[in-house]
Amino acid sequence: MTNNYIKQVVNKNYRYGFVTAIETDTFAPGLSEEVIRKISQRKNEPEFMLQWRLRAYQHWLTLTPPHWAHVDYPDIDYQNIIYYSAPKTQKDGPKSLDEVDPKLLETYQKLGIPLHEQGRLAGVAVDAVFDSVSVATTFKAKLAEAGVIFCSFSEAVQKHPALVEKYLGTVVPYRDNFFATLNSAVFSDGSFVYVPKGVRCPMELSTYFRINAANTGQFERTLIIADEGSYVSYLEGCTAPMRDENQLHAAVVELIALDHAEIKYSTVQNWYPGDENGRGGIFNFVTKRGACRGAHSKISWTQIETGSAITWKYPSVILQGDHSIGEFYSVALTNHRQQADTGTKMIHIGKNTRSTIISKGIAAGHGQNTYRGLVRVLPTATHARNYTQCDSLLLGNSCGAHTFPYIEAKNPTAQIEHEACTSKIGDDQLFYCRQRGLREEDAVSLIVNGFCKKVFNELPMEFAVEAQKLLEVSLEGSVG
Amino acid sequence: MLQIKNLHASIQDEKQKTKCILRGINLQINPGEVHAIMGPNGSGKSTFANILAGREEYQVTEGSALLDNQDLFALEPEQRAAAGLFLAFQYPVEIPGVNNMYFLKAAVNSIRKQRQLPPLDAMDFLTLVKTKMKEVNMDEKFLSRAVNEGFSGGEKKRNEVLQMLMLEPRLAILDETDSGLDVDALQAVAKGVNSLRNPQRSFIVVTHYQRLLNYIIPDRVHVMVRGQIIKSGGKELALEIEEKGYGWLEKEAQA
Repeated sequence: MTNNYIKQVVNKNYRYGFVTAIETDTFAPGLSEEVIRKISQRKNEPEFMLQWRLRAYQHWLTLTPPHWAHVDYPDIDYQNIIYYSAPKTQKDGPKSLDEVDPKLLETYQKLGIPLHEQGRLAGVAVDAVFDSVSVATTFKAKLAEAGVIFCSFSEAVQKHPALVEKYLGTVVPYRDNFFATLNSAVFSDGSFVYVPKGVRCPMELSTYFRINAANTGQFERTLIIADEGSYVSYLEGCTAPMRDENQLHAAVVELIALDHAEIKYSTVQNWYPGDENGRGGIFNFVTKRGACRGAHSKISWTQIETGSAITWKYPSVILQGDHSIGEFYSVALTNHRQQADTGTKMIHIGKNTRSTIISKGIAAGHGQNTYRGLVRVLPTATHARNYTQCDSLLLGNSCGAHTFPYIEAKNPTAQIEHEACTSKIGDDQLFYCRQRGLREEDAVSLIVNGFCKKVFNELPMEFAVEAQKLLEVSLEGSVG
Repeated sequence: MLQIKNLHASIQDEKQKTKCILRGINLQINPGEVHAIMGPNGSGKSTFANILAGREEYQVTEGSALLDNQDLFALEPEQRAAAGLFLAFQYPVEIPGVNNMYFLKAAVNSIRKQRQLPPLDAMDFLTLVKTKMKEVNMDEKFLSRAVNEGFSGGEKKRNEVLQMLMLEPRLAILDETDSGLDVDALQAVAKGVNSLRNPQRSFIVVTHYQRLLNYIIPDRVHVMVRGQIIKSGGKELALEIEEKGYGWLEKEAQA
């Protein structure tokens, strides 16, 4: 009975696997200085951007792909990737939502993204990135009233070049790592947020990323600056069509929090994970880092990672300002042949800095789930404190959970706590729930949700509901 | 109501060796009756309870079990629950992070759904659960705690009885619900069970000791040894066992 159920659901797991037929302006595959110049030209960028990209490219040529992560995948042919693909009607950029291609809007509607008025009701301002370019940013006017800048990265380069030049690459330098360097050279769009001094951003900001075109890499870049005493909560969601070949997603996110500022960054990542045999799926190689530059600043990462064939990401916080706070809450789920190597780095530099890490890894099917984390306390960070809890939950006998925690304390006043546990969904728990009348798949989802509760509690309300549903879908057919 | 005929069951141990646990159980329980099953450790009492509820690691090799003329062994555990079978666990399981009230509500409504009844809404549910908690002397704070997590032995058993009161089964099986309980908890559990007793509902009370049977008076007492019921009688049989142990029965059975 259970087996039949598995067969039924395996093929309907991924609901976002459709492709939108749309005319695009697409480069030929391959990477060269010329391609980078063309991207920069298409986007009409100032000279400093082009030069930065070229420096990144030159540096990238000297690098080799990293292999330290606990993931296994064939070498990527970087000359076989398309580095720029944009919906054609997009060329001059839409002035308002009315000018956005209705097919695109339809796509976003299918994804359940409220681009129109529904969005305002939901109180969420949305920037949507389709393949390489940003297609719509809603509620600009309302945000502008509050002085908040929320726009596509391309627009920020045109309208706020000084801010971009001042902060770009200051948290994740273009020399940072193989994928971040590649991103610096070729990134085509992304989101930009600036919250001025003392402003509490009046709504949740949100970006949806969608990879549509085949053979296309998506390289977006997000830069969020929270000026002194400001607050912003930012949500990010991602989906992609089902395709047999792997697609590369190498994004960079930089967060900067000045004195007394707070940034809350939440991600629900649901890129296409590949099929049950591991064919296709997104390679999600992402560099996310925040800098608590100011005293009493706070950066909090919450991520729900259920998609992608391979996930390689470590949203981190550099705790520079005294009394600053870094948080990382993560649920990573790997089913079928998915692999995830994810975790965080908390770098304590300032005095009385505090960090919290709660990581929940769930492995099902043949999934491999790795937590990799670094807590580093520098000599300057007197009375730094960290609390880490990383738990793994295994469903079935063919999956794996791995934990690599690194702790470096160079200050004797540091207090570091680390707790970890690995458990298997017990037959006892399942039987108990079923004896009380719950269907097997409901029982699994109940147990998994309980396991993830501490992380879900950190998500904004509407995302928490979405995250729970997503876990249910991703786990369908994992019992047997 | 419950008819068990010639039930044989076995389990595979770690070396894949088949071990026979039940060797031909016959039992007939009529509506409204309370049957106690007693016996020494390892006699198969708990296995019997778990097999009726649908625990998967046991294989039924022979025999049948009908609940209201439905073949129990053709049903999944959750379908047996919907058919009205409830097992109060000897070791209630902890489910971290899952709110006790949420769990209860999910269970009640899942069973209602299987019986094609509309779900209880939040208000009706809350009113009902608060009434039932009073019956087993449970503090309302247990509703917001995770299922059984950090509960004491007595609290877990009360929680089992609370679940039973909420699910209102046709047949409730209590698997050593008395083990590890102090007198207060024992009385609370017995009170909960007795409040459910009616001419349509039956109980199987699995226990080592006669003590619980002072509070829940059985109609029949069966003694199980090595996977077989070797003697059945009225409530006085329990008192006899309390006095003399099981040894004389085993000898009698062998003779």
